[in-house]
Amino acid sequence: MLSIRNLKVSIKGKEILKGINLEVKAGEVHAIMGPNGTGKSTLAYVIAGREGYEVSEGEIIFKGRNILELSAEERACEGMFLGFQYPVEIPGVSITNFLRTAINEQRKYRGLDPVPATEFLARMEEKKQLLELQEKLASRSVNEGFSGGEKKKNEIFQMAMLEPSLAILDETDSGLDIDALRIVATGVNKLRRPDNATIVITHYQRLLEYIIPDVVHVLFDGRIVKSGGKDLALQLEEKGYEWIRNES
Amino acid sequence: MEKDQNNILDEVTNSEYKYGFFTDIEMDTAPVGLNEDTVRYISAKKNEPEWLLEFRLSAYRNWLTLTEPSWAHIHHPPIKYQDIIYYAAPKRKKELKSLDEVDPELIETFKKLGISLEEQKKLSGVAVDAVIDSVSVKTTFTDTLSKYGVIFCSFSDAVQNHPDLVKQYMGSVVPSNDNYFAALNSAVFSDGSFCYIPKGVRCPVELSTYFRINAANTGQFERTLIVADEGAYVSYMEGCTAPMRDENQLHAAIVEIVAMKDAEVKYSTVQNWYPGNKKGEGGIYNFVTKRGICKGSHSKISWTQVETGSAITWKYPSVVLMGDNSVGEFYSVAVTNNFQQADTGSKMIHIGRNTKSTIISKGISAGQSNNSYRGLVKVIKRAENSRNFSQCDSLLLGDKCGAHTYPYIKAENHSSIVEHEATTSKISDDQLFYCKQRGISTESAIGLIVNGYAKEVLQHLPMEFAVEAQKLLAISLEGSVG
Ligand SMILES: Nc1ncnc2c1ncn2[C@@H]1O[C@H](COP(=O)(O)OP(=O)(O)OP(=O)(O)O)[C@@H](O)[C@H]1O
Ligand SMILES: [Mg+2]
Repeated sequence: MLSIRNLKVSIKGKEILKGINLEVKAGEVHAIMGPNGTGKSTLAYVIAGREGYEVSEGEIIFKGRNILELSAEERACEGMFLGFQYPVEIPGVSITNFLRTAINEQRKYRGLDPVPATEFLARMEEKKQLLELQEKLASRSVNEGFSGGEKKKNEIFQMAMLEPSLAILDETDSGLDIDALRIVATGVNKLRRPDNATIVITHYQRLLEYIIPDVVHVLFDGRIVKSGGKDLALQLEEKGYEWIRNES
Repeated sequence: MEKDQNNILDEVTNSEYKYGFFTDIEMDTAPVGLNEDTVRYISAKKNEPEWLLEFRLSAYRNWLTLTEPSWAHIHHPPIKYQDIIYYAAPKRKKELKSLDEVDPELIETFKKLGISLEEQKKLSGVAVDAVIDSVSVKTTFTDTLSKYGVIFCSFSDAVQNHPDLVKQYMGSVVPSNDNYFAALNSAVFSDGSFCYIPKGVRCPVELSTYFRINAANTGQFERTLIVADEGAYVSYMEGCTAPMRDENQLHAAIVEIVAMKDAEVKYSTVQNWYPGNKKGEGGIYNFVTKRGICKGSHSKISWTQVETGSAITWKYPSVVLMGDNSVGEFYSVAVTNNFQQADTGSKMIHIGRNTKSTIISKGISAGQSNNSYRGLVKVIKRAENSRNFSQCDSLLLGDKCGAHTYPYIKAENHSSIVEHEATTSKISDDQLFYCKQRGISTESAIGLIVNGYAKEVLQHLPMEFAVEAQKLLAISLEGSVG
């Protein structure tokens, strides 16, 4: 599904990612943990194709194809989804309109006609229920005036609607209350299929009790310094990052 | 990153006008230039009564004493008024009984514009008074309307068939010496629409007029007069696109609205005339005087405009709030791209007590264009307890365009409240990336964001117009995508 080899990335001349290697197979869930400012979001952005990053070395292979030359929207249309750490407000654009535009642009990319209105609305209904979303949320403007938790829920709702093959969830759990966390995690689990994969970026072991990862990675100072099973997250929580710092 | 975005915006916003085509129809034209004889020629051509000729002549004489206004934030080479042809009309062979008799070329033009009369007639229940150049070619739905006593016809027909109404109201809102362009229009106006809603009648359909400029070197001078008698209601839509031409075309229209006691008039415009090419060559000069008067108490006039076209827009739809408790509204989206210049806004003149006005203006500038809001809110001494709220927002796409706000406020009493808010914003990299990450192209993303930005105004448009306007906003900023 995704294979990153020796990825080095800098911002304005400063190296942030210093040789990342990561292998994610279809059907897997990977967790990436690590202290603030170590480059987790940067990695997510670079995978998703955000401009403004200098990739000095390495490659990102997604579904067998080096995607570094693809634009962000092409990558999205190829089935890549990023749940933002800080979702952006788009005033005046309803979630419904936003999602219909997104789905139709993705369909156009795949040579399909626009989604019929009834089918679209039915899918909205289904996914709203899956995530126990409030009825009126979809008619509100994208993220405008949303609480922190609502924004995160909205990211997962969009993921559910777009049905990506690879979803990268950047700290989707922060800002969620206990119930919301359970709902979001259940949603993610229900959307798991043998042919898709998820990368969750998180600071908290708590999320990983709901979404059981196949592999946990520790990102430290621009490198993945440790990978392991789900127990690694527990160890981290107990011992803190000092432990990694001393080991590496 | 900043630079990248500007490049993208450059690409996206550097688009050519989509509706550039030209219909070849035999013309009946006046000699080039303007003098008293031209005025007499036009009046004679239209078989006008003596009083109207006098109206025109006195306006012409007035015009000679006036000078072009120079206060607007616009620049253009001098307009050569003597090089303009002031009258052109498609040759009318005989009275048309059905659409089949309409010149197929015209029908073709309408089809390209996406407004097939036939379709409109059948589907939307919209009465269409189509103006090509100077003479109204076809009016539909007159029969239905006449059942309600609603008069909706070309201005020329109104002069012939309802001279008393025309004489009573014409020039009562915009006097013929109001300003340079109004005087010019009053002297040489060719045609336009007339609409009268009798007492207590709620006009059953949206009235709609499509204007179109269609002949080389022909200035177009429409004149529209809408009168809503006591307790009447009408929603009126004006929409226009013009074919691409190399030479600048002058357009100086007048719209007058009269709302009597308890009457309401909703006037909506989608303006999409040829804006000139990417280099700023050509395009329409659009100098319009639009004004309404809330004559009776509890009357209401509401202007909604979406301005995307024209090389230069000079336009301040205004409301004179004379009746007590009357209401004036102005909702505007003005998009400028490439080298377009817009100086637009509104005037709200509070004369009656407890009068209320709202101004919502959204300026969107791209390319190297200039977009100015200019507004006047005046509350005279006797207009006690009046209120105005103005909000003027500017959205900048790229860093080579300009946005300016010139609000003038004159409040002469203490019981009234006048509020003004203004913001300037940009489409952020974050917003664009967010959209792109969902698979939305830059072009569509800009269309989406801009439409969201303008929503507050667009929601005041009649349904028939709203969809068209949304597409237009996207199109005028990127050229091809809806
Ligand atoms: N646009 C930028 N310009 C300059 N520095 C940046 C930019 N984006 C990120 N950085 C820097 O890159 C480093 C990595 O940031 P990143 O957001 O990837 O961290 P993170 O691991 O996601 O942190 P957190 O856990 O706080 O979300 C930080 O030092 C940050 O300040
Ligand atoms: Mg982060």
